[in-house]
Amino acid sequence: MFCNQNFIDEQVNVIMKIKKEASAGTATKNDALITISPRDGEGIEVELKSIVKVQFGDQLIAAAKGMAQEMGVTSALIKIEDKGALDYVIRARVEAAVLRAQGGADE
Amino acid sequence: MRRTMLFMPGSKPGNLLNGDVYGADSIIIDLEDAVALAEKDSARILTKHAMRTFHYDCELIIRINSLTTPFWQADLDAVIPEKPDVIMPTKIYTADDIRTIDAYITEIEKAHGMEAGGVKLLPLLETAASIEHAFEIATASPRMVGLYLGAMDLALDMKATRTHEGYDIAYARSRLVIAARAAGIDALDTPYTWDIHDNDGLAEETRMVKNMGFNGKACIYPGQVEVVNDIFSPTKERYEWALAIVKGAEEAEAQGKGVVAVNGELVDGPVIIIARNTVAEYEKINGVHRS
Repeated sequence: MFCNQNFIDEQVNVIMKIKKEASAGTATKNDALITISPRDGEGIEVELKSIVKVQFGDQLIAAAKGMAQEMGVTSALIKIEDKGALDYVIRARVEAAVLRAQGGADE
Repeated sequence: MRRTMLFMPGSKPGNLLNGDVYGADSIIIDLEDAVALAEKDSARILTKHAMRTFHYDCELIIRINSLTTPFWQADLDAVIPEKPDVIMPTKIYTADDIRTIDAYITEIEKAHGMEAGGVKLLPLLETAASIEHAFEIATASPRMVGLYLGAMDLALDMKATRTHEGYDIAYARSRLVIAARAAGIDALDTPYTWDIHDNDGLAEETRMVKNMGFNGKACIYPGQVEVVNDIFSPTKERYEWALAIVKGAEEAEAQGKGVVAVNGELVDGPVIIIARNTVAEYEKINGVHRS
């Protein structure tokens, strides 16, 4: 009965393939719209659009990349439309987008 | 102490960031009605990450989706390992519903090496059946810390019309308080939803439910918190009255006297208990430390 489907910590050694494009979050204050899609070849590429890109761009990109890697993603394009999101929001939106790209956390 | 429980949607990063700044004794991060069906997954994931990031300076309650939905287990999977203080189950009908949720939480606690029973339960009674089974629900699990009345869904289930005066839910309020008191747990009232800026109406309703025996009231707007907190807090005058009785009782006890006289009036057992509770509550709220 114990589901465990959201315990991504335990999936570190599993390679998670991004099968389709998926998004999570919103382009509203304190949030970020994250879109993840398949990419040819290995590596995670991040495209960031943010008004605080100069100040916090590296940090936001690292948060997004780090979350995807923790989930076992090795190849993907992640687009971030940031509206002042903190790191935890970026990580949460990436996790939701990755799970949706697998078919959805609730499926 | 749960004078106020402030709701905030689990889907809104800004709310989760500022959750504990409004002075509520508890915040309720909502994964149920405040979250659109298509965002159930992202809201529970966001909530999980918020819990990992922030240490809220108040009690943290997570309202989960009901047993009648496909979401409740995933909600618990996501939040229990982050050790919330309390889970608020919704659309409860019978004590068996509580036992089902209790058992599932226990499985997660065991899987994560957590203390079994550490996460408490405060269910929402919002069905006619749950009011009928209030005491059995209140005593269904050692995790239970309170019963919380959900007026809108209850009125819907009763085929009643919500009234400002609360005639429609008067019996449910009384029944819930009796059940909670008999079980030794808290009774929490439904939020004031008529007009979020009507603080006079909120104060009037809050005074009524306090007089009925409720411990506190849920809030759906930060501006409601101060009004409700004030009404559920002892005044300085009440504290001074209570303190005189407590000191009188302590002196009488030290002198081996069975009868306590304060300011010329005899005070009996129940009044001393009320006075002790009032002193403890006031001192906790105001950070008073007596030597």
